[in-house]
Amino acid sequence: MLIFEQSRQGRRAQAQAPALADESADIPDNLLRTEPPKMPEVSEMQAVRHYTRLSQKNFSIDTQFYPLGSCTMKYNPRACNSLAMLPGFLARHPYAPEAMGQGFLACMYELQEMLKEVTGMPAVSLTPAAGAQGEFTGVAMIRAYHDARGDTGRSEILVPDAAHGTNPATATMCGYKVREIPTDRQGDVDLAALREVVGSGTAGIMLTNPSTLGVFERRIEEIAAVIHEAGGLLYYDGANLNAILGKVRPGDMGFDVIHMNLHKTFSTPHGGGGPGAGPVGVSERLEPFLPLPIVGYDGDEYYWITEEVRPQSIGRLSAFMGNAGVLMRAYIYARMLGHEGMHRVANFATLNANYLMARLAQAGFDLAFPERRATHEFIVTLKRQQKELGITAMDFAKRLLDYNMHAPTTYFPLLVPECLLIEPTETESKEDLDAFVDAMVQIQKEAETSPELLKEAPHTQPVRRLDEVRAAKQLDLVWSGTVA
Amino acid sequence: MPFIPHTDSDIREMLAAIGAGDIEDLFDEIPKSLRYGELSGVPTGMTEQEISRLMMERAETDGRPLCFMGAGAYDHHIPAAVWQITTRGEFYSAYTPYQAEASQGTLQLIYEFQTMMAGLTGMDVSNASLYDGASALAEAVLMAVRGNRKSRSRRVLVPTTVHPHYRRTTRTIVDNQGIELVEVPYCSDGGNTVPDSLRHFEGEDITAVVIQHPNFFGILEEVDALTDWAHSQGALVIAIANPTSLALLKPPGAWGENGADIACGEGQPLGVPLAAGGPYFGYMCSKQALVRQMPGRIVGRTVDRDGRHGYTLTLQAREQHIRRSKATSNICTNQGLLVTAATIYMALLGAEGLARVAHACHANTRALVEKLTENEYVEPLFNRPCFHETALRFSLPLADVMRPLYAHNLLPGYDLAQDYPELGNALLVCATETRTAADIDLYADHLNRVISAQTVAGCPVKPKMA
Repeated sequence: MLIFEQSRQGRRAQAQAPALADESADIPDNLLRTEPPKMPEVSEMQAVRHYTRLSQKNFSIDTQFYPLGSCTMKYNPRACNSLAMLPGFLARHPYAPEAMGQGFLACMYELQEMLKEVTGMPAVSLTPAAGAQGEFTGVAMIRAYHDARGDTGRSEILVPDAAHGTNPATATMCGYKVREIPTDRQGDVDLAALREVVGSGTAGIMLTNPSTLGVFERRIEEIAAVIHEAGGLLYYDGANLNAILGKVRPGDMGFDVIHMNLHKTFSTPHGGGGPGAGPVGVSERLEPFLPLPIVGYDGDEYYWITEEVRPQSIGRLSAFMGNAGVLMRAYIYARMLGHEGMHRVANFATLNANYLMARLAQAGFDLAFPERRATHEFIVTLKRQQKELGITAMDFAKRLLDYNMHAPTTYFPLLVPECLLIEPTETESKEDLDAFVDAMVQIQKEAETSPELLKEAPHTQPVRRLDEVRAAKQLDLVWSGTVA
Repeated sequence: MPFIPHTDSDIREMLAAIGAGDIEDLFDEIPKSLRYGELSGVPTGMTEQEISRLMMERAETDGRPLCFMGAGAYDHHIPAAVWQITTRGEFYSAYTPYQAEASQGTLQLIYEFQTMMAGLTGMDVSNASLYDGASALAEAVLMAVRGNRKSRSRRVLVPTTVHPHYRRTTRTIVDNQGIELVEVPYCSDGGNTVPDSLRHFEGEDITAVVIQHPNFFGILEEVDALTDWAHSQGALVIAIANPTSLALLKPPGAWGENGADIACGEGQPLGVPLAAGGPYFGYMCSKQALVRQMPGRIVGRTVDRDGRHGYTLTLQAREQHIRRSKATSNICTNQGLLVTAATIYMALLGAEGLARVAHACHANTRALVEKLTENEYVEPLFNRPCFHETALRFSLPLADVMRPLYAHNLLPGYDLAQDYPELGNALLVCATETRTAADIDLYADHLNRVISAQTVAGCPVKPKMA
């Protein structure tokens, strides 16, 4: 039932509304609203019960194993939330003077410093609000760099065919043409194909390393050399930074610009689809173009670095400073981990992925890249099951929900047929991983003996499989009923 | 090991299953020359107790000033239930609802949000949010360029009464796509965009016109005339509105003869704390005809195999994970958790509660203006009606007034000279429903004392006294 359907005229959460103030006589009549907006009238308890019950219809990290590949669904420490929500931080107006926010700015400055260290990039801006905005920022800086040098003939961004969809979408938003680079059989970028297309029209390349195929791009140094020789720049998509934290740094691999997904690697909550935070790090030659604001420190006070001292900045990305509260959570997480804890992130994320991959392979599942190490994630392909049993990756995914486990990422990356991209993260225990293997084995048996169990799955959720075609054809985006 | 559950025997068994000697072996595909062992710039880890102490001290340092500042972020009361429910793990730690059957909670909530936002703005449809109000305007401009098929110019009129940081953000985002943002000056008496000032563009190919109402100065724009002029020129209308104001003011969907085409803005006033500027959320609503040009996630209601209602992400063919380089936007993650808070906030307040909040903000701001302008050095800057926020002119240097007020732990307002130097000593002030009569008196008392210390017999003191 929708909240609107529980509404009764005249019922309200009385404690939440201020007393009725004087009529707004000075507002011209033609600018006033004539009908109230469609909103429910419910008591406070009704609202609390309704939304608490809705929450219970969600899978989440706090309630289920959530091995969603490329999303790094690790435990979000509760302290990060409660400390970021201390009243002193929540009360800060974004335009309050620096002197009234030294505590907050100190956290932001120290976060910048730590991110420089873990990425090997000499300068950082925290302001991008999410990974995709970080990507936009990175490519916009690449463009600004070439433009500032009068090098305006570069019209192409190269993107491997395994890349996340935001990469090509971002390049287009920055006014570039996108050229896809094929992947070789081992999961690495096809270097020969790359050499063929690189040239004076190449503005740069967008790479994720480890790639979305769950493997480390081994010839990254050669790729960097090829791009740099042609005058292009390398963009690092930090989606998979969790796999290499403290092991290898994008700056050392030769990247010129990188974004980080703090909602992945630094364990800030995904919130049912955001908020994220996508800080960017750059090499020295790109530093003048970083988006603002950035936090500076003169040894005594923290302050905002503004356009006056960074005239070449690509500018602002939001009205204020970005997702400050997310950055605070990431800062707290980073301080709790410390440098020793960061090393362990990559160690145990990689151990868990390789263990799960080995166990699934031993249980008879086909790996997309059996001869490669898993990074923090790996791919199982159900091509054989699809051919022999007519069972798809989607069927496996939906059946896993009945086993009270969230499904891995399905049908991404696009170039592996019937794929499950599985990322267990470092915070899962061996027992949880074993339980996942058991569920997969059991589902495989069901696929062979009673495939309808999979085809009809899920059976245990609030709804069964939904008619997505109808959702897109007969659009129902807003409730059309009348509030009682 | 914080947040890592592995015991020594777990590690041994797992390595044995993999067939590896130790964990380091698992990184053997990374070229040795690239390996980096140090992270010396990162301090040693802290326990929860230690980090709690540090953060409490820092939060304490920042104080909690009495806030009379708005400028796009407003200090409203937030019911306790809003964040207690929003931070339940099931909302807080869930991902984007790709597995619809296991995400009905978030999906239904977004559907309710879309319904509330469409109702509030008077538009047909809403998306599931964007990053913030400023980037929502940028996306609205891109959407208008895609949606206005009759226009070829890619020229968008943006009055300077639009929030200056919204304008700058939009420039950053649309600059590389050959879109021209043309600024329209405001009337210095009224603080509004005069419809006649658009005459100058009559007959030219204009793709869209942006109207912020109430505008950045808190002044009410002549939205009907502006909207009708834009439509008469074949331009789309992009409205920016503070959602609180929409409980009282005519919604964008009812502006002029045909209503605005796109409405967007900052969702922060709906249950999101000030929190240093984020995370907030941008909202975006539009007419039905433009829905396929919308950026970001959209939730639709459909049925499952048993014919029961259910909710799912829809129109995904617009999005980057399907369309890649041809997507309507690169946006992926949005601001789901803030939408959760806003939906619960709106459910708790209802139309009546929200209207009372809007009334109270407006009444308090009027009371504040009345009190402050009792001082002979302070007067209203503009002569047109405002809502909920307004600008004051000081006849002495503003910086000298503001600094001592900060020392009283008071945020007097937003100094307009940063963005509008031509206005001189101009301060944008607002008093939301959370400011009491005593708060307003306190501000006025401090201000009067500060001003009298700097003036004698109607003249600013030169040289200034300490």
